[in-house]
Amino acid sequence: MDYVNAVVQGILQGGLYALFAAGLSYMFGVMRIVNLAHGALAILAAYGALVLVRSGFASPLLALLVVVPVIAALGYVLQRFVLQRTLSDSPLPSLLVTFGMAIIISNVLLLTMTANTQQLKLGGLGTASLELGSLRIGVLPLAILIVAVVALGTLSLVMAKTQFGRLVRAVSDDAPTVGLVGASPKHIYAIAAAIAFGLVAIAGVAFGVSRGFDPTSGDLLLIYAFEAVIIGGLGSLWGTFLGAIILGVVQTVAATFDTTLFDLAGHVVFLAFLIFLPNGIIRR
Amino acid sequence: MLEVEDVDVYYGQLPAVRDVSLAVPDSGILAVIGANGAGKSTLLKAIAGQLPIRKGRILFGGRDISRLPAHQRARLGIALVPEGRRLFKSLTVEENLLTALSTKRKGPWSLDAVYERFPLVAERRGRRAGDLSGGEQQATSIARALVTNPELLLLDEVSLGLAPAIIAQIYASVPLIREQGTSILLVEQDVQQATKASPDVHCLLQGRTSLAGRDLDLADITRAYFGG
Ligand SMILES: Nc1ncnc2c1ncn2[C@@H]1O[C@H](COP(=O)(O)OP(=O)(O)O)[C@@H](O)[C@H]1O
Ligand SMILES: [Mg+2]
Repeated sequence: MDYVNAVVQGILQGGLYALFAAGLSYMFGVMRIVNLAHGALAILAAYGALVLVRSGFASPLLALLVVVPVIAALGYVLQRFVLQRTLSDSPLPSLLVTFGMAIIISNVLLLTMTANTQQLKLGGLGTASLELGSLRIGVLPLAILIVAVVALGTLSLVMAKTQFGRLVRAVSDDAPTVGLVGASPKHIYAIAAAIAFGLVAIAGVAFGVSRGFDPTSGDLLLIYAFEAVIIGGLGSLWGTFLGAIILGVVQTVAATFDTTLFDLAGHVVFLAFLIFLPNGIIRR
Repeated sequence: MLEVEDVDVYYGQLPAVRDVSLAVPDSGILAVIGANGAGKSTLLKAIAGQLPIRKGRILFGGRDISRLPAHQRARLGIALVPEGRRLFKSLTVEENLLTALSTKRKGPWSLDAVYERFPLVAERRGRRAGDLSGGEQQATSIARALVTNPELLLLDEVSLGLAPAIIAQIYASVPLIREQGTSILLVEQDVQQATKASPDVHCLLQGRTSLAGRDLDLADITRAYFGG
């Protein structure tokens, strides 16, 4: 029964990782950029919500209505005017630039918000839980898992069925030729980045209501997201979702033996995938 | 319709097109010929907006479009069928055609109309473009350009690597496209194919115009084509 509980908690945990890894996976899938600022951006979003709540927003959920569009707009501008210039056959320029962005973001947060641990308060919803037999399922993690599924499902549908989705796929096949059919490749890249940034903003606020965070919390988040993406298979959204769930389950199950194994077990499984199944679960 | 005036195009320090001027009249046709490396594809890319020009101007419908990006030129009605087809390989044939709706241009070439004109494309509409044969890819690439409802269609060596029967089928569609009011600028290495399709011929040799005119003598063309 303990294991069943650990697996269920792990799946719930995986929901947060999935939400978090989705943006990383999407940016890699579309423009082959590994965004090392992904974790820092999530924490930036969490602090954004914190500032809004302190200045009078009734709930972090309301703050989402401001934080998500603002971070998405930041994504559009950064892609269009900074990251676009780093696109080349070499992954190094974009790695360096996003790494630099991560350092700038966490240091600005350290200077302005101090290193103290913060948490976003959700009131009763934050601690409510459902009883299912002997299982206790937290309402908040369940809601986050559902948000992750809905967000990934919507994005997959957009990618498969809409003109925007077709153009995004076309741009990752052959960007210069997209200009010939009347769409601007730079604009499409920038919208894709806005979507990825919007997702990471949701994930950051979800993280902030689930746990305490400080300006450097993004580092570990980036590693989890990266592991989920690799386990699932680079560039596949549902693969990333599966990878995130696997990572969550492995961590919580290992923690039932010894709580210090939580992180280690995740890293070991990630390394095992790198060695034995480097293309991940779902190949694209 | 299209006027290219005294245009230079460079790759870095290397000139690929020098002092080229040509014009395509409304509903007209012009064939640009030249050996491999003469600068034909470079010229078409510069007209479509995929390469910047270093000197001269490009006018389209009297308007200077020299500085417009490719997608804006496509929206004005310039469509390029690029060398090597350049289909979106992971998309289906139909999805490739649908991307061309991005120009938001109205005209005779709906999806249904191109399917009717190119049964080969219609049959393959659900296939991934990367899985098509060379002829099917070429027909799809032309169909995709037509769905933008262009006023000017640029064709870059559409016969390259195809069987004679397929080439004949593809060239058979040229008069039909012109009937709809579309002008055509086509590029060929095959002189016979080019002169058959267009009485007006413009010959490039190492990036420069070596001969241009109507109903030219084959001996003159051959000399202009190979130099000397
Ligand atoms: N991407 C490129 N970079 C550098 N030089 C190029 C490039 N593409 C073509 N060239 C050079 O420009 C010249 C013209 O090429 P191109 O326009 O492709 O000729 P054509 O289409 O007539 O065969 C050639 O000398 C070719 O080597
Ligand atoms: Mg060529």
